[in-house]
Amino acid sequence: MIEVSYRQILQNGVWTQNTGLVALLGLCPLLATSNSVVNGLSLGLATTLVLLMCNVAISLIRPLVRPEVRIPVFVVVIACAVTAVELAMHAFLPGLYTVLGIFIPLIVTNCCVIGRAEAFAFKNGVAKSAVDGIATGLGFMLALVLLGAIREVLGQGTLFSQAELLFGEWGTSLTLHLIPDYRGFLLAILPPGAFIGLGCLIAIKNVIDARTQRQVAARPATALMTAGS
Amino acid sequence: MRFKTVTSPHILQHTSVGQVMRRVLYAMIPGIAALVWFFGWGVLINLALATAVALGAEAVMLSIRGKPLALHLGDYSAVVTAWLLAVALPPLAPWWLTVIGVLAAIVVAKHLYGGLGYNPFNPAMIGYVALLISFPREMSAWLIPHGMGQSHALGLLDTLQIIFGGVGSLPIDALTGATPLDVLRTKLGLGQTVAEIRNSPVFGIVAGQGWEWVTAGFLAGGLWLVYTRTAAWQIPAGLLGGLAVMATVFYLIDPQHYAPPWFHLWSGAVIFGAFFIATDPVTASTTPRGRLIYGAGVGILIYVIRGFGGYPDGVAFAVLLMNIAAPTIDLYTRPRVFGEKPS
Repeated sequence: MIEVSYRQILQNGVWTQNTGLVALLGLCPLLATSNSVVNGLSLGLATTLVLLMCNVAISLIRPLVRPEVRIPVFVVVIACAVTAVELAMHAFLPGLYTVLGIFIPLIVTNCCVIGRAEAFAFKNGVAKSAVDGIATGLGFMLALVLLGAIREVLGQGTLFSQAELLFGEWGTSLTLHLIPDYRGFLLAILPPGAFIGLGCLIAIKNVIDARTQRQVAARPATALMTAGS
Repeated sequence: MRFKTVTSPHILQHTSVGQVMRRVLYAMIPGIAALVWFFGWGVLINLALATAVALGAEAVMLSIRGKPLALHLGDYSAVVTAWLLAVALPPLAPWWLTVIGVLAAIVVAKHLYGGLGYNPFNPAMIGYVALLISFPREMSAWLIPHGMGQSHALGLLDTLQIIFGGVGSLPIDALTGATPLDVLRTKLGLGQTVAEIRNSPVFGIVAGQGWEWVTAGFLAGGLWLVYTRTAAWQIPAGLLGGLAVMATVFYLIDPQHYAPPWFHLWSGAVIFGAFFIATDPVTASTTPRGRLIYGAGVGILIYVIRGFGGYPDGVAFAVLLMNIAAPTIDLYTRPRVFGEKPS
């Protein structure tokens, strides 16, 4: 097996194999909780935490688990991690817990968690698995926050509304009212806005990737030309 | 002597996309004339604004996609979408409402799905539904039709002021009122019977006062479309048939709480939808039997949404729902190919 560098792990998780925008895993929470930046950020943080815990745990117990029973073991580990995160949120961030509701326990069904366990943590060391968990989580959070920002600005004309749920009292001052007297564009907040917004985000990412690829392809050619002359 | 041999077809009809689209525009004129008579200048301003925005958006999207501008702008399809959407909007809709609706129709529903011929959903109805669920208040502010005991002689300047500058000198609430289907819905909810509701001044001979003439105008244009075979007869026939059967059954069961079938057929957007919206050749079924099924599906759904759903009228939702089903209907109603064994 080819050893992957830390830089590559980060790049894969956040950009090249972004869970939300490339692999399209975990679409259910991505579409449902991205109606505001704060909701997206909170679910992204919770998912990152779960990914980190699961990847580390699975990488640690790797020598003890026979490959035949690895999937049930993954499920148990993930369920434990999600339960821990859910109970912690219930205890320390009750407001946020009510807003996100069912989607916190539903992290357990997010395919990217078991996907990373199977594809990465079960084959790599603890340190690398931890970095992979964080990178994948950051990628998911990036998609959630971007989509949340688009939908919140279009739908309510605000950014970081209800930030006090996540950051405590001082979060209230974070809320930005970008457009005064905005009437609201309900479509962006409703489910269709999530689908259209996600489609636009994927399109933008593809455009950026295509542009980078063209630049990379153009570079050796110019290098050769200068070398030839 | 040698005769020149020519292969079939021997009788050719040169119908281009532009010609079909132009016919649809001509066919809308009687209905639009009635709308202008009863609702004033706002209808024309909406039409002009929607056309301008649609052509602009179409040109921008075509140039982004690297398509020939003149060919596609000259086929009038964007204008048809704009008109279909504009007549569905309230006559005093603020300008941004029209702009957002047209952009949703042309940019999202048409070009993001691949342009004319590739869109699975009727673009005008996507625009309408996007507005309806996003701005329910603005979308329900319909003017009271002309000649209903109030003097709404809104001049051209007043109308322009209301549409482009927010509310002008006149209070908009005094000019707008509930549509006949709104009235039916609210009063049925209050426990009144259909006969009592029918005495309300909103209602005319068959359906809503004023509205029934708009419907007549669209029916005339629609029949001409069917006569010239621009629109397939099966779709309007299936739609009106499906709605009539549903309405008759419920009317016979309980005439106190369900409006008579002729009221359903003649009110709201049914006639307009049957001949102009559901017959869109791109998004509807394409086989003869499939068109009947498709039409009937739209008709039944209209009744279900009107009677048991959350909105007073359901033509747009019904058409979009059947758009999803159209490919499947086509698959199962494909005519037998000559020589193929009947399965």
